[in-house]
Amino acid sequence: MFITRHKKIFIGLSITLVVLSCISLFVFGLRVGIDFKGGALDQVVYKDARPAQAGLQASLEELNFGSVLLQPTGDLGYIVKTRHLTDAEHAELLAVLSQGKTDSLTEQSFNSIGPAVGRELTRKAILAVILISIAIICFIAFAFRKVSEPVSSWKYGLIAIVTLFHDVVIPVGLFVLLSHFYGAELDSLFVVAILTILGLSVSDTIVIFDRIRENLHHQTSAKINFSEIVGKSLEQSFVRSIGTSLTVILVLLALFFFGPVTTKYFALMLTAGMFFGTYSSIFLASPLLVLIGERQSRKK
Amino acid sequence: MIKKVILALVVLALGAGIGLFVYKSEPRLNKNYEAESAFFKNHPFRLGLDLSGGSHLVYDADVSAVPAGEVNDSMSALRDVIERRINLFGVSEPVVQVQHSSVVSGAGEQLIVDLPGVTDVKKAIEMIGQTPSLEFKTEAPEGTPIKVKANPDGTVDLGSLNLTEPQYMSTGLTGRYLKRATLEFDPTTRVPMVSLQFNDEGTKLFAQITKENIGKTVAIYLDGAAISTPNVQEEIPDGQAVISGNFTPEEAKTLVGRLNSGALPVPITLLSTQTIGATLGDSAVRAGVKAAIIGFFFVVLFLVLWYRLPGLVASVALLIFISIILALFKLLPVTLTAAGIAGFIISIGIAVDANVLIFERIKEEMRSGKSIAEATQVGFSRAWFSIRDSNISNFITAVILFWFGTSLIKGFALTLGMGVLVSLFSAITITRIFLRTLSFMGEGKVARFLFTSGIHSGVGKSPQ
Repeated sequence: MFITRHKKIFIGLSITLVVLSCISLFVFGLRVGIDFKGGALDQVVYKDARPAQAGLQASLEELNFGSVLLQPTGDLGYIVKTRHLTDAEHAELLAVLSQGKTDSLTEQSFNSIGPAVGRELTRKAILAVILISIAIICFIAFAFRKVSEPVSSWKYGLIAIVTLFHDVVIPVGLFVLLSHFYGAELDSLFVVAILTILGLSVSDTIVIFDRIRENLHHQTSAKINFSEIVGKSLEQSFVRSIGTSLTVILVLLALFFFGPVTTKYFALMLTAGMFFGTYSSIFLASPLLVLIGERQSRKK
Repeated sequence: MIKKVILALVVLALGAGIGLFVYKSEPRLNKNYEAESAFFKNHPFRLGLDLSGGSHLVYDADVSAVPAGEVNDSMSALRDVIERRINLFGVSEPVVQVQHSSVVSGAGEQLIVDLPGVTDVKKAIEMIGQTPSLEFKTEAPEGTPIKVKANPDGTVDLGSLNLTEPQYMSTGLTGRYLKRATLEFDPTTRVPMVSLQFNDEGTKLFAQITKENIGKTVAIYLDGAAISTPNVQEEIPDGQAVISGNFTPEEAKTLVGRLNSGALPVPITLLSTQTIGATLGDSAVRAGVKAAIIGFFFVVLFLVLWYRLPGLVASVALLIFISIILALFKLLPVTLTAAGIAGFIISIGIAVDANVLIFERIKEEMRSGKSIAEATQVGFSRAWFSIRDSNISNFITAVILFWFGTSLIKGFALTLGMGVLVSLFSAITITRIFLRTLSFMGEGKVARFLFTSGIHSGVGKSPQ
């Protein structure tokens, strides 16, 4: 199997991608959305023509709401981002946007999230990530409790976790780029995407490891060539792996291209996660397993 | 054999029935929707605020003055009051939830209010914050300047000038001093009246007012308008008053409810508001439906091209899967959000995953020389463990997300979790029943062609 033979190339490729993602995360950083830090987002659409951005920006500054961000959206709309606004401040903002009611506009959405709610959501998100990670690690440990020869079961688990890390970090890196160049913001859907990737990715790795376990079990000859068994298991399951992730990616792409605006980045993140989840279970998890197996047999 | 065929037909008929239910109960699909029975009309899709438009408000309740043991009680009292206030305004299906402080949510006691269809957030906030203002006013002494409204252009609005009615001034006796209000009917005329009972302080005030105004009128103002101006005959020391405005029984009942809902048991402050306009939600729904249909079409195309006959079977099973899920969305009901639709669309992909696992196994067993019937049998039992394992992790994620999430995340977790469960069911029962039925096709070349895929993994390795 060429994948197990050229394992170092694939492992190297994965390491490069992970490192690049980490670098981009530290260099560009993530733009945190109002979900987590609190703030207000007002989306309005003007009936006939929208006022000039510079003029509107200047009159918005006079409201003393701190920094006000004014972004054009569509042909006739603006998105205004400010700190958390009270009801009265919201009315003031609308008055300025409609320029004393001379420009008729409709407010498409208004979100104002207090800092306390943002903090609460942050705490919830962190807890959810920790809990899901623990649950999945427990599940991995449980799934591989019976494999022990020639590589002990906790090493399968460890590799599954390394793969998970890989599958999450690369989409995050992608999101950092989206955030930097297209203004995507870290919101609660981002966290959901990460957690869903965890679930989708581990399932793919498990199916392949399952196959290895089964083939090891059926092995009758005394001398086990671990690398060959892994290669054989990969051969048996990679069509299936690609087949399933292709269907999921197909629906995700449909969601990205045709779905609601709110879930666009979400769909893209999941597509990346699904792609790398499948890639990693074939081109990373199994080569790593062979690498560990070979190290062990050399030591003996 | 006949048993198998009948079973398959029954499953098909059930699936079609569920599909018909979804179709009939959906006004956008069914042209004769108005003519359908109430059963169908009672089960529309329930759309979340981000899709239907509406307001989502989060209030912080200040429970610092409430003894520790009574926090839960006062929070549910608060919820009841707010719920009553909202119901009076006729919002359909409002959701008022208490979120207690905990390790998870951290922050204090909160009240979450969802108002579908209310996009005027200012009105919504007023609606909730509003206590009906009940005020007793007495006649102002002669010579009090008459108030008139000014027109926007500065002239006097003569319409607001009312010289016939006496002027009234505040007495300080308001709804705050109200102990309770009850609905009564005049024993002789059967006209509905609202009877008020003041608390101790209010009783004293009322006694004083009535004492000082014998022979004059006292005006009862509700929300800034005089609804009744009775003549005071004598001092009323027991704190009982009756408002006999020209109420319909319904109005009187509403007023009693509003007066009793009165002041909030704990003070609240608005933490955050989210409002989504109806147009934005509508386009999100349309886009979501479009994405789901196109996604489904892609998947069917892939399944049929790649897996041929089993792929077609899987597509039918997938259609039944989708009908079941949609019917569950309607019947439970599940509140659908944009994220929820995303979860549902992803679950379509996951549902296929189980089928793909089974088909790959069947193909493999066929390559090792088994007959189609045997291969189907063995393929199913071998694939089951992989299907189970690969779904557990998704299910774990869905459950934890549901447990934690805000309404947005909950919507996603719920649809994904339901999708995983129903897909397990559909893969191991529906697909299996159909595939077993198809084994009548025998072992001919055509049958074998239909059961294998165009691309053989590991070409030349099959022992056939």
